[in-house]
Amino acid sequence: MPKQPIIEIEDLHFTYPGDSAETLRGLNLSIEEGSFAAVLGHNGSGKSTLAKLLNAILLPTSGKIYVCGRDTSDEEHLLDLRRSIGLVFQNPDNQIVANVVEDDVAFAPENLGVEPQEIRRRVDEALKTVGMYEYRLHAPHLLSGGQKQRVAIAGALAMQPRVLVLDEPTAMLDPLGRREVISTVTRLCREQGMTVVLITHHMSECVGADRLIALSDGTVTADGTPREVFSQVELLRGEGLTAPATVRLLYALRKAGFDVPLDALSVDECADAVAGLLRRAGRL
Amino acid sequence: MLKDITIGQYFPGNTIIHRLDPRTKLILVVVYIAALFTAREWLSYGVMLLVTCAIVAVSRISVRTLTRGMKPLVFIICFTGVLNLFYTTGGTTLFDWWIFHVTTEGVKRAVMMVVRILMLISGTFLLTYTTSPMALTDGLELLLNPLKKIHVPIHEMSMVMSMALRFIPTLIEETDKIMSAQRARGADFETGKLLERAKALLPLLVPLFVSAFRRADELAIAMESRCYHGGEGRTRMKQLRMAGRDWLALFSGAALLALIIVMNVYGL
Repeated sequence: MPKQPIIEIEDLHFTYPGDSAETLRGLNLSIEEGSFAAVLGHNGSGKSTLAKLLNAILLPTSGKIYVCGRDTSDEEHLLDLRRSIGLVFQNPDNQIVANVVEDDVAFAPENLGVEPQEIRRRVDEALKTVGMYEYRLHAPHLLSGGQKQRVAIAGALAMQPRVLVLDEPTAMLDPLGRREVISTVTRLCREQGMTVVLITHHMSECVGADRLIALSDGTVTADGTPREVFSQVELLRGEGLTAPATVRLLYALRKAGFDVPLDALSVDECADAVAGLLRRAGRL
Repeated sequence: MLKDITIGQYFPGNTIIHRLDPRTKLILVVVYIAALFTAREWLSYGVMLLVTCAIVAVSRISVRTLTRGMKPLVFIICFTGVLNLFYTTGGTTLFDWWIFHVTTEGVKRAVMMVVRILMLISGTFLLTYTTSPMALTDGLELLLNPLKKIHVPIHEMSMVMSMALRFIPTLIEETDKIMSAQRARGADFETGKLLERAKALLPLLVPLFVSAFRRADELAIAMESRCYHGGEGRTRMKQLRMAGRDWLALFSGAALLALIIVMNVYGL
C-alpha cells in the first residue's frame, strides 16, 4: 500500500515583507507519513523559513502547503493544524516556558483545553518516550543542552502531533547532546511511526534518514536517499555543504584512482570498504 | 555577585508551607503585610517577629538564603534607618550636634522601621521561595479572576509574570557570560568611581537587551507553535484545591491580624 503524503508543498514562494529577494523560490515537495526526512542546507538557504511556514507561523507569499490535508492558510482551522505538527527550535532556552520540566511539557495540552487527568497521562508518556521521566520535577535551566532539547521534544509530543519538525535542534549542543537528540528522534520515527522532518546543516545527522532534501537559495538542489545525495560530492561542495568525513575520504581515494564505492556512509561501512581495497591490493 | 540574586527564585521542598495552596499563601502575605503595618509598639512587633521566625523555621528555608536575598537591599534598609534616626522628634535627646538630633523616640522608630522592612522582605521572599512561579501565577490568576468581568486582562498579566520569572535565571546566566566575555577583553566592572562603574555597565546592557528581545521573539513563536492562543478554553494539569490545612492557615492569619489590631488599639 503506498503511503499517503502527510506534507504537500506546491510551488511555494516566500518573500519576507520588506525584502527584495525571495527566500523560497518555487518549492515542490511531498513527504510521506511515517518517514524520516532530513532537510539540509547552509545558512540562508531558507530552511528555517520552511519550518515556520509548515505550521502557519508564516504564510506563503504564493503557492500552497497542505499538512494532513489541511491548507496552512486556512485560519479557521489554525489550532487543528498546529496541534498536528509539533515544532522544536534551535535554542532550547527560548522554547521552554515553565520552571519545572513537567509543567513545561503540559503547556501545549493545557492550551488545547485537554482534561487534567489526560494531560497528566500525556505528559508522563511524552517524558518517558524521550527518556526524561526521572527529571520531571527538575528546573529546566539546570539541565544539559541535550536534556533541554529532549524536554522540548516531549513538549511537542504532548500535543500528539502526526508530524515532528525539528529546526536545527542540535545547533547549540555539544556532541553528546547532539547524539542524544538525534537518537531520540530516530527512535520516535522507527518505533512509533512518527513522521519526522529534521532540518539541519550537519550532514552526519542525515545519515539515518529515509530521504535527504538539499535546499539551496530557496530551491531543492538534491532529493533522494542519503546514499544517493552524498555521493554527489561535487554538487554538495558547490552548495557550500560538506559531505560526512567518511564520504570525503572515499571521494579522495576514488579521485586518486582507487576503486571504492562512494555510498558507504557509516564509519563501519567505510572501514569495510577501505579494508576491502587493501585486501585486494594484497596488503592485508 | 549575580549569583546572590535570589528574588523570585523557588526552592523546591515538601514542607507544609510548600504544600499550601498558592492562593492561601498570597492572601496570607497580604494579611501579613497588613498586620506588619498595623503593629506599632514593641509587644506587637515581638509577636510578628515570633510568627516570622516560626514560618521560616517550618519552611526549612535557611537563614543564609534569606539574608543573601536581602543583600541588594542593604542600602535602602540603612538609608531608611538613618532617616528615621535623625528625623524623628519626641522623647529625651540623646545626642545633639549641629543639625543632628538623636532622640530616644528616633532610635525606637529607626529600629522598628528596619525590623519592619526586614520582616516585610522575609515574608514576601518566603512566598516566592516556597511557591513555584507557575503555581504562584496560577493562584494569582484565580484570585483575580472576578476582575475579568470588567475586562482586566488577568490571564495575560499572569502569563507575562510567569514568563518574567521563568527567564530570570536564564538572563542572569547570560549576564554572567557577557561579563566574562568583556572581562576577558579587559573590561573592568569592579573598580572606579560610581559613574565609571555605571559607564562600564553600558556595554553589558546593550547586548543583554538585544538578546532579551531576540529571546522574546523566539519564545512567542515557540508558544504559538504549541497552540497558545490566550486564556480562552485553557485547562490546567495541576488543579488547585483548597485543603483543610489551607483553611486552617487562613484562619490563623485572620486571628493574627485581629490580635495585632487589638494590640494596636490598646497601644501595646
